[in-house]
Amino acid sequence: MKVLVAVKRVVDYNVKVRAKGDGSDVDLNNVKMAINPFCEIAVEEAVRLKEAGVATEVIAVSVGEKACQEQIRTALALGADRGIQVETEGSVEPLVVAKLLKGVVEKEQPQLVILGKQSIDGDNNQTGQMLGALTNMAQGTFASEVKIDGETVNVTREVDGGLQTVQLKLPAIVTTDLRLNEPRYASLPNIMKAKKKQLDVYSPADLGVEVKSHLSQLKVEPPAERQAGIKVEDVDQLVDKLKNEAKVI
Amino acid sequence: MSTLVIAEHDNSALSGATLNAVTAAQALGADIDILVAGANCAAVGEQAAAVAGVNKVLVADNAAYEHQLAENVALLIAEVGANYDNVVSPATSNGKNTMPRVAALLDVAQISDIIGVESADTFKRPIYAGNVIATVQTSDAKKVITVRTTAFDAAAAEGGSASVEAVGAVHDAGISTFVGEELAKSDRPELTAAPVVISGGRGMQNGDNFKLLDGIADKLGAAIGASRAAVDAGFVPNDMQVGQTGKIVAPDLYIAVGISGAIQHLAGMKDSKVIVAINKDEDAPIFQVADYGLVADLFDALPELEAKL
Ligand SMILES: Cc1cc2nc3c(=O)[nH]c(=O)nc-3n(C[C@H](O)[C@H](O)[C@H](O)COP(=O)(O)OP(=O)(O)OC[C@H]3O[C@@H](n4cnc5c(N)ncnc54)[C@H](O)[C@@H]3O)c2cc1C
Ligand SMILES: Nc1ncnc2c1ncn2[C@@H]1O[C@H](COP(=O)(O)O)[C@@H](O)[C@H]1O
Repeated sequence: MKVLVAVKRVVDYNVKVRAKGDGSDVDLNNVKMAINPFCEIAVEEAVRLKEAGVATEVIAVSVGEKACQEQIRTALALGADRGIQVETEGSVEPLVVAKLLKGVVEKEQPQLVILGKQSIDGDNNQTGQMLGALTNMAQGTFASEVKIDGETVNVTREVDGGLQTVQLKLPAIVTTDLRLNEPRYASLPNIMKAKKKQLDVYSPADLGVEVKSHLSQLKVEPPAERQAGIKVEDVDQLVDKLKNEAKVI
Repeated sequence: MSTLVIAEHDNSALSGATLNAVTAAQALGADIDILVAGANCAAVGEQAAAVAGVNKVLVADNAAYEHQLAENVALLIAEVGANYDNVVSPATSNGKNTMPRVAALLDVAQISDIIGVESADTFKRPIYAGNVIATVQTSDAKKVITVRTTAFDAAAAEGGSASVEAVGAVHDAGISTFVGEELAKSDRPELTAAPVVISGGRGMQNGDNFKLLDGIADKLGAAIGASRAAVDAGFVPNDMQVGQTGKIVAPDLYIAVGISGAIQHLAGMKDSKVIVAINKDEDAPIFQVADYGLVADLFDALPELEAKL
């Protein structure tokens, strides 16, 4: 069984991103970039399926500028077998990413596509579901457990009220939540090996997709800043402040 | 112009999140209809018809929609939604699961998690864990939108008198089935709508110690939340996670106990009216957003707080 994993290049999760002073965009000068944490979990899940003898090949795909090959290499160092970059100028919207991934799905015919539930830059939480609609595949979003069983996969999902389990016909789509697994660290020898693994580059035209944007970002601004308040001396003062100053209890 | 709001419900009761979505929909300035997709969900249809400002309620009552399987419900919403300018859902786990599928079926972008409506095609939404607010404009004639419920007041649940119509369309994609669910049972208010939230983090040390929050929550009528670290460590279930990738809360009072204040946690609670932090590390980042910070060992502070409330 082939598994396709979608990985996105994003700002490292430790970086506190700020809007530029003129509001034109966020300031990403010299910030550290990384693989989206949810995509790292996706890669780990795919590699574990391979180690368990369920998956035969793990392919990591990323859509973006050439720099995203770095994140594909990270996935390869974590255990993916080969990589695909779909080269676009700048970042593209989830609907376009989903169309491009559909093109890759048609070429590669994977039985399972694993994506992150959300990219931590745009906080969209859309691409996996959109790919599901475009390919008419079932989706197990926000997964905390994935069990392949012959022609189907059981996915336990983190939902508002707790956990829900669904059974999906393969081929299917899974998007990862935080509790699915704990990703490993890439070892130095594996990082070296990853440099030699196959990495193909496609253009959107190769996949028959026209890149068109539906959304325009008019401006960005910082959120209303909170002022740090005061430190209270003790519990008595805290209760007094909440009662008489903030009047919330 | 017309807007279709997707009802959030459990087949018997309309969820409050729908009311926030209705308010967001009102800001779009169009007539509002509500779609209730479910099974044996007539009662929900009646409740939706009573919501103030609603024109018409469409009820699609079929076994295929019982568990809100996205593969089925998205086909329904795309079909019904074809007649509307806007399709709006609260950004609940159902909304997040289904709406992008709807958007792709309609070949339009989705605008996720909006916190403001600037005009009929321009919206504000948080990005980068809420560290930046983006204003985005869509060129799509049809808008598919999910709404951050804490950013919009609830519409009045009573006072409306919408007509109720049945929708016959049955869509069973036949590719997914519901197996089971484990839903948290609690007498406490729902986390995302509670007026007071008290959350515990890794500093709580184990699940048993979360009992220390119970008495305080009882006295304040609070919901109990948690940081990701507390959920990952297995202290409490996933549905209690507050944050960028968990639940977004904005109560009148948020009390963070043994939580350091990572960006991702702040993203889920920093719009609370009053924030209290209890942490033994006086340099913990949570104090930078707290109105009232108490530097103390939580194992001393919590019993004392419970006693003095
Ligand atoms: C992709 C991604 C998504 C994430 N999403 C979320 C999210 O949605 N929500 C979320 O919360 N996190 C999220 N995180 C995790 C986040 O980065 C932090 O790791 C997490 O919030 C830390 O939880 P914590 O504050 O409980 O633990 P810690 O950072 O370990 O802090 C524990 C605190 O408890 C205090 N403490 C310890 N003992 C005591 C005591 N006896 N008395 C008083 N204080 C004490 C310590 O001083 C410390 O400040 C995410 C991370 C990633 C990478
Ligand atoms: N440019 C991209 N390249 C590869 N995968 C992507 C890209 N954008 C989104 N994805 C995948 O879709 C998931 C959800 O992203 P989003 O819908 O943007 O929140 C990510 O975790 C990735 O797995």
